[in-house]
Amino acid sequence: MNQVGTMKRTETMLLNVGPSHPSTHGVLRVLVDLDGELINSADPDIGYLHRGIEKMCEYRTYHKCLPLMNRIDYLAGEVNNFGFCLAVEKLLGVEIPKRAQYIRVLIVELTRIASHLFWLGTHGHDLGAMTPLFYAFRERETIMDLCEMVSGARMFPLYFRIGGLAADLPEGFMPAAWEFVKSFPKCWKDYDTLLTQNIIWKHRTMGVGTMSAGDALDWGWSGPMARGSGVDWDLRRDNPYSSYDEFEFEVPLGNSQGDTYSRYLVRMAEMLQSNRIVKQALEKIAKTEPGDIKVADPRVSLPPKEMVYSDIASLINHFKLIQEGITPPKGEVYQCIEAPKGEMGFYIVSDGGPQPLRVKVRTPSFVVLGSLDKLCRGRLLSDMIAMIGTMDIVLADVDR
Amino acid sequence: MNKAVALLEEKFPDEVVEVVEFRGDTTIEVKPERIVDICTALKDGHDTGFKYLSMIAGMDYSPASPRFGVVYALYSHKHHDRITLKARLADDQAPAIDSVAKVWSTANWHEREIYDMMGIRFKGHPDLRRILMPSDWVGHPQRKDYPLKGM
Repeated sequence: MNQVGTMKRTETMLLNVGPSHPSTHGVLRVLVDLDGELINSADPDIGYLHRGIEKMCEYRTYHKCLPLMNRIDYLAGEVNNFGFCLAVEKLLGVEIPKRAQYIRVLIVELTRIASHLFWLGTHGHDLGAMTPLFYAFRERETIMDLCEMVSGARMFPLYFRIGGLAADLPEGFMPAAWEFVKSFPKCWKDYDTLLTQNIIWKHRTMGVGTMSAGDALDWGWSGPMARGSGVDWDLRRDNPYSSYDEFEFEVPLGNSQGDTYSRYLVRMAEMLQSNRIVKQALEKIAKTEPGDIKVADPRVSLPPKEMVYSDIASLINHFKLIQEGITPPKGEVYQCIEAPKGEMGFYIVSDGGPQPLRVKVRTPSFVVLGSLDKLCRGRLLSDMIAMIGTMDIVLADVDR
Repeated sequence: MNKAVALLEEKFPDEVVEVVEFRGDTTIEVKPERIVDICTALKDGHDTGFKYLSMIAGMDYSPASPRFGVVYALYSHKHHDRITLKARLADDQAPAIDSVAKVWSTANWHEREIYDMMGIRFKGHPDLRRILMPSDWVGHPQRKDYPLKGM
């Protein structure tokens, strides 16, 4: 960096990066003010994927919000629903059965691995390491297949419901999941071999995009981004929800440099921890009663299908829940979860009616992208690609 | 009592409007005029230490008046404590509140989004312009009187 720093100052140039560039992870446009190859300032221009999800939620019942939520962070579809369901359940004051909680943890941790694998593949690819992408997508495909087993869909399973799950785990799911859990650490070794000690990889990521722990909090960083800077904080451990306090796992912290390499180490280690949680979840699910997957509260859960066909009261209940929706009491809650990309929060205000008065989604990608300018200043243009990659942003998550 | 509530009632007794406990969440409504002082005190206070701003949400409570509001979700890593801070803005025609971007850097983008979506002005914000909508857009899409479709 020093040689570059002593170069003679020249005229600055405004460079337009994106909106459709392979390294912008969707449709992100960055206006970069360059002095030679050095970045004076970087101004992200977002909103290309703004779909008005928060606004749309105000015009539909709580259950009808779920398909929208799936599409916020589309690389971790079910995680968004997890947070939204937890927030509405908090508003309602209900707690779902243990079996359903464990299954949710299982699906969400599998999704976390899938999301991290996608990050690993694309981040490596952005920086010129093409091979990890093929390995990472191999295992991601297995997770997609597991998602398909539970709900029929791969990217957007839509498997969670307010008050529980859409259905119990299908036959054949448990053996398939066990097979994945057992084989994953060996597959993980493949990525580790390709990158962790790779000298080019180290040159491209070490010392790039450094952030101190204090600055990370000031800029609202959470999840793996904050942990890469040494902030020892994980919502699953520190503010447990959905029975996370019953699981054993470690919170990896990287190498304390707060750079891109440190965040790489954090996410790599997190995948193994998630695999550990999945294993425990499978053991716990096996000990619970099959079929116990939703709250027994007729104001929240649909009655069993056979009852709808044979009992008039259940039929009316079903009809009213679908047509009118659930009506949480007047009040407001903020519920956040540890999403693969950081803290994902839902602020929901209810006026007592069947539609939310306001749904505010706090997405991790939006917040970290806000600090791109701070990270980039004085760095080389090619480092910006590493920084966008390390942020693990999804533009649908940024724009909502 | 929640430490944040205790701090605010001691230092800003005239500013606290209402404290609501609901489903384990503590929501403190304050008057908007001294929001920067309040946020700074909550951030730097020894017993509070809300160094982390989760989000800021803009609110449109219409047809109620005051119509607009701003909601801050704060977190303290020191105590693993979480509070929601709320302020209702008096002016329904030109709602405005002081910016807290100097207290937490992350507030910058949150406030830009609220300005874009709700039309609430943040006084003293370093760079208050639209963020999600194009710069020449007319209107503020997340206001309740903005149509959902048929543009």
